[in-house]
Amino acid sequence: MTQALPPVTPQTRRGLFEHLQIDSRLLGMVGAFAVICLAFQLWTGFRAVGGGNPLAWLTGGRFLIPQNIFNIANQTVSVAIMATGMVFVIVTRHIDLSVGSILAVCSAVMGILQVWVLPQLMGLGIGNPAIAPIAIFAGLLTGTLIGALNGWLVGYQRIPAFIVTLGGLLIWRNVGWYITSGQTQGPLDANFLLFGGAGGTLYPTASWIAGLLATALAVWALFRGRANKARHGFPVKPLWAEGVIAGFVATAILGFVAIVNAYQVPPGRLTREFAARGETMPEGYSIGYGLPISVLVLVVVAFVMTVIARRMRLGRYIFATGGNPDAAELSGINTRLLTVKVFALMGFLCGLSAIVAQARLQNHANDIGTLDELRVIAAAVIGGTALSGGIGTIYGAILGAVIMQALQSGMAMVGVDSPFQNIVVGIVLALAVWIDIQYRKRKGARA
Amino acid sequence: MSAQQNTGSANTGTPLVEMRDISISFGGIKAVDHVSIDLHPGEVVGLLGHNGAGKSTLIKCLSGAYQADAGEIFINGERAEIRNPRDARAHNIETIYQTLALADNLDAASNLFLGRELLNTWGMVDDDAMEAETRKIMGRLNPNFRKFNEPVSALSGGQRQSVAIARAVYFNAKILIMDEPTAALGPHETQMVAELIQELKRQGLGIFLIEHDIHAVMQLCDRAVVMKNGARIGTVNVDEVTDDDILGMIIMGKKPEKAY
Repeated sequence: MTQALPPVTPQTRRGLFEHLQIDSRLLGMVGAFAVICLAFQLWTGFRAVGGGNPLAWLTGGRFLIPQNIFNIANQTVSVAIMATGMVFVIVTRHIDLSVGSILAVCSAVMGILQVWVLPQLMGLGIGNPAIAPIAIFAGLLTGTLIGALNGWLVGYQRIPAFIVTLGGLLIWRNVGWYITSGQTQGPLDANFLLFGGAGGTLYPTASWIAGLLATALAVWALFRGRANKARHGFPVKPLWAEGVIAGFVATAILGFVAIVNAYQVPPGRLTREFAARGETMPEGYSIGYGLPISVLVLVVVAFVMTVIARRMRLGRYIFATGGNPDAAELSGINTRLLTVKVFALMGFLCGLSAIVAQARLQNHANDIGTLDELRVIAAAVIGGTALSGGIGTIYGAILGAVIMQALQSGMAMVGVDSPFQNIVVGIVLALAVWIDIQYRKRKGARA
Repeated sequence: MSAQQNTGSANTGTPLVEMRDISISFGGIKAVDHVSIDLHPGEVVGLLGHNGAGKSTLIKCLSGAYQADAGEIFINGERAEIRNPRDARAHNIETIYQTLALADNLDAASNLFLGRELLNTWGMVDDDAMEAETRKIMGRLNPNFRKFNEPVSALSGGQRQSVAIARAVYFNAKILIMDEPTAALGPHETQMVAELIQELKRQGLGIFLIEHDIHAVMQLCDRAVVMKNGARIGTVNVDEVTDDDILGMIIMGKKPEKAY
């Protein structure tokens, strides 16, 4: 530290965003998302003008209301969880076309365990508290093992990932079909259904606590990073910039909590719940849903995957291998074993997604997760993951998944015909990659 | 090791590296045919020959990229098994490749520490500590280096080469393999690398230099080994021969009197 450090080049006249040092791609994606949301909000608002109130286009929008935001969040979780794993797969220059099928076979295993094997064959009986944990463990294990097999075939047997997982796309969904004899599995275990979005939420008080904890953690991480840099004598952003970022983060987290807290549980459901406990509902009682457990699962996945990507050797090796496989190999990284780990992690996340997807749909059907491979890859790519490898972010993939879901939800809401919905999503995918290429070109030219 | 370094002048004492009778074939073609070479502490040995003469293949047996079909490698007089790049690193052998084995998408510090990251008490990669170490060593090797927070794809050829060399130096390499280290560099940067090689030599490292440029060989090397068609033509002390002698060995396989 006492050695003279190279002086920092003084920079004059820096823009606001340069001070904040926020990735301009992230800004672009947030901007695109905001435009999509506002467009649908206004579109649905103009429709309400017919109702007699001339200002309804300002207030009558149906897109940015708590119920819709709550639903979009829940519908995004399954694809978003898998998209974080797909980032690692694509960063290492591979692809996984089998994620939808792996999700289906994991769901089949969990479905048949909950409906038949555990309660009937093993004699645990319906509603036994051991059923959900056993089923979840089995589902996650199934996904991890299939992913590891994919990784072994790609890493050690040198079969291209495209072929291995194209085969897997055909194989695993039909393995699931075979073990369930093609029958829909339901009803599911009551505890298991807690992962299904509206079926399991924290309610307002616990949601506020979770939101405040998350905010505190994020702000602490921001300032700890700053302190570390300062300790080594590196240049840091001005304190006000750090404060602005912390303010944005806090607003986003707590704002989301406020919105999901504002979405009220329907009175009919409350009456039934009170009746089930043998109580009568007090007059005028109401309560908001709060944070869904499925969204919390996604938050934990996002946090862990980001830590792996940026703060663990595994992540460093994943990005190094994607950037230059030969350099990684020559640096002593076991790239074959790394491939197994990346695909096994992908498989684990498919199992996790299967839990959320199945609980949301409240049963296992053969077509669960159909075409998810394409949604997941599209989410990762819209989020800035480069198919040439080496580049991608976890938050980008999640934002990509949210953008796709918002588009699809919004189009369904305003009544765009089904074929046009897919046409629009396809165009957005191509457009996102084109913009990304232009962005990289410009950035490369400046460097 | 330190005793070895103190033996001082070349060609005395136990060699740092001795490769004996190395052979390696690819599909019936003998890429390296019973070649023996050695390297002493504080010595630069040039490996010369046409493309396909076998010099890169031979040296890859030492860096762990290939395994020889026959022959033995001795490090400090002890038999060494080098099966992969990790084994080579365990013997303090570092390689600087012609193709610059850097991950373009990572910054200088991540590349310098790739495979040997510094961890904090929680077992997490400590980027700040690695950047601080990188700033220190670059301050010594290439004080003009500034781009610590950009991917190395944004660096010039010389800056990238200095990252590769810094990696070897930081991890106390005793044996350095350089495969045309100046091939992609401008005159100023070439001079910088040449000075660096002299400095490493003074510190007692042994360096194998694969090089096409005869002038660089005459300037930098103590000895030169010439290969042709997989076989060793001969070894010369550079200050006992002329450029033409070496060219004759490379082109015609003609062995001058002073070669052995």
